[in-house]
Amino acid sequence: MSTAVRLPSAALGVRPTARLRRRIRENVTAYGLLCAALLVFAGFSWYPIVRGVLLSFQQVNFVTAPTWVGLENFQKLFADPQFWEAWVNTLLFTGLALVFGFAVPFAIAVLLNELRHGKAYFRLVVYLPVMLPPVVVALLWKWFYDPGPGLFNSALHSVGLPGLSWLDSPTTAMLSLVLVSTWANMGSATLIYLAALQTIAGDLYEAAELDGAGLWRRLWHVTIPQTRFALLVMLLLQLVATMQVFTEPYIMTGGGPGDSTVTVLLLLYKYAFFYNDFGTASALSLLLFVVLGVFGLCYVRLTRRAD
Amino acid sequence: MRTLVSESQLRGRRGKAVYWAVFVVVAVTFTAAFVFPLIWMVLGAMKTAPELARVPPTLLPQHANVGAYVEAWNFMSLAHFFLNTIIVVLGAWLVQLAVDVPAAYALSKLKPKLGNVVLGMMLGTLMLPASALLVPTYLTITDVPLLGVNLVNSPLAIWLPGAANAFNIYLLKRFFDQIPGELIEASTLDGAGPLKTMWRVVLPLSRPVLGVVSILSVVTAWKDFIWPLLVFSDPQAQTLSVALQRFAPDTPVNLLLAGLVLASVPTIVVFLIFQRNILAGLTAGSVKG
Repeated sequence: MSTAVRLPSAALGVRPTARLRRRIRENVTAYGLLCAALLVFAGFSWYPIVRGVLLSFQQVNFVTAPTWVGLENFQKLFADPQFWEAWVNTLLFTGLALVFGFAVPFAIAVLLNELRHGKAYFRLVVYLPVMLPPVVVALLWKWFYDPGPGLFNSALHSVGLPGLSWLDSPTTAMLSLVLVSTWANMGSATLIYLAALQTIAGDLYEAAELDGAGLWRRLWHVTIPQTRFALLVMLLLQLVATMQVFTEPYIMTGGGPGDSTVTVLLLLYKYAFFYNDFGTASALSLLLFVVLGVFGLCYVRLTRRAD
Repeated sequence: MRTLVSESQLRGRRGKAVYWAVFVVVAVTFTAAFVFPLIWMVLGAMKTAPELARVPPTLLPQHANVGAYVEAWNFMSLAHFFLNTIIVVLGAWLVQLAVDVPAAYALSKLKPKLGNVVLGMMLGTLMLPASALLVPTYLTITDVPLLGVNLVNSPLAIWLPGAANAFNIYLLKRFFDQIPGELIEASTLDGAGPLKTMWRVVLPLSRPVLGVVSILSVVTAWKDFIWPLLVFSDPQAQTLSVALQRFAPDTPVNLLLAGLVLASVPTIVVFLIFQRNILAGLTAGSVKG
C-alpha cells in the first residue's frame, strides 16, 4: 500500500524543492517533539556524565571555583583503609547474593514449572516482597533481626535455641543483609526464569527421555542449556544491582558493626554528604562506573545478539 | 505442555505421592516465607510493645488495637508525607509520559536526521549504573545549568531527572515501530499533521505499552529511596520512604509497623489490580530484550 501511496506523487512529478521542504518540515516537527527529551537528557544525564568525570580530577568546596588536582582524589581514596574494606564488603555482598539470589530463584523456577496446581498463587506470592518499598523491607527486617525483642530470636528462644547476633556481629551482619535483599528481590528473577522455562520445546525432553536420560541429565542437558541466555542476562543484571547496594546497609547497620558492612555506595554517600568532598566522591563513582561498565557492556552485547 | 517431568511419571502411585508431597512443601514454604512476614506486620501493628517482645511470639494480637493505625497516622503526620509522595509520584509519571512518548514517537515514525545518533546516546545511558551519577546529578540539581536555579526540596528534582528515562523510550519506540506505516500514511492523507496522528492514531493503539510504562514509573517512584533522600533535605518536603526512615528510631515499634503497613498499601494494591500487566512487563522488558 505504501508504494500505491507514493506512486501518484512521483507520477505527478513533485518538484524536488517541494519534497525538500516537506522533509525539512518533518524534521522540524520531529525535533519539536524531541526537544523536551533532549533537554532533560542533556541536563540530567549527559551533562552529569561529563561532569562526573571532570569532578573526579577536581577539588570542589563551593566557596571558591573548583581547582584541578590531578590524581589527588584517587590517591586519597587508595590511602583510605575504608576504601579497600568497602570493596571487599561489596564483593562479599555480591558474591553471597549471587550464591543465594542466583541459584535459589532458578531452582525455585524449575520446581514451580513442574507443579500442575496453584501456579498463579506461587507466582503472585513470590513477587509480593518486590512490590514493597525497600525502606519498608529494611525497617521490618531490622525489627525481625533485633537481638532483644526481635521476632527471629524470640522464635529461637521459644524452642529453646540460643539467639543469633544477626546484624550485631561483624561475622553475621553481611550475611543477614544478603538474606533480606534476596528475600526482597528474588521474585523478579524467579518469574523471569519461569518465563524462560516455558519457552523450552517439550520435544527436547521427550527426545532426551527416549535416549534414556534421567531427571538430572535432562535438567543438565536440556533445561540449563535452553535457559542459558536468561541465566546469563540475570547474572549480569544481578551483579550490577548488588554492587550498588545501599538502602539495606544504610538503614539496617549504618555500615557497622565496625566497618563490616560499609559498601562502596555507603562510602560514596559519606564522602559526598558527610565530608562534602564531592571530588573524591566522584572519583569513587568513576571507579564504580568502570567496574560496572564492563558488565553493562556485556549485557548490551548479549541482548543485541538476541534481538 | 511437556516439562522436565513427564505426565506419565506423575500418574503412577509413587509419582502422585511425590508430587503432592512436593506441592505441600512448596505451598507451606512459600506462604511462610513470603506471605507470613506481611501478615505478621499487619497483625504486629495491633499488638502492644511488650506483647511484640514476648517469648514465644504471639501470632494473633491479644487485644487487637486497630486504633494503632490511626495513632501512627497522627504520630508521624503520615497524611502530610502521603501527600508529598503522591505529588512526587504522579508528577513523575505525567512528566515521563509527556516527555518520553513524543520523543519515542518522533524517533520511531518521523525518523529525523541524526535520529539514530540521538537514540544511541539515550540508550547508552542505560549502561551507566544510576549510582555512578548520583554525585554529579545532585550537583546539577543544586545549580541547574543555564537556569541557575536550585531544585533541592522541589519535586522537580525528582520529575526532571526521572524523565530522562531511556528504558521508557526504548519500550515505547519498540512498540511504535510495530504500528504499520500504512495507518500513519492514511492519517496523513486525511490531512492530519504528525501531532494529530500521534494523538488520534498511535496513542489509542498503544494502550498496552502506555500501561506498562505508567505502572513501571509509578511503582518505581513510590519505592525510590536514595535519590529522594539526597534531594529532600528539608524534613517537611520528604517522601514517605525517607520520612519513615527518619522517624524509625524514635517511634514505638507497634506504630512503626503500622506506618510500614500503610506505606506498602499503595504498591501492593497496584500490584493486585495490575498483576497481569506487571508480570507481563517484567518478562517482556528483560529477557526477550
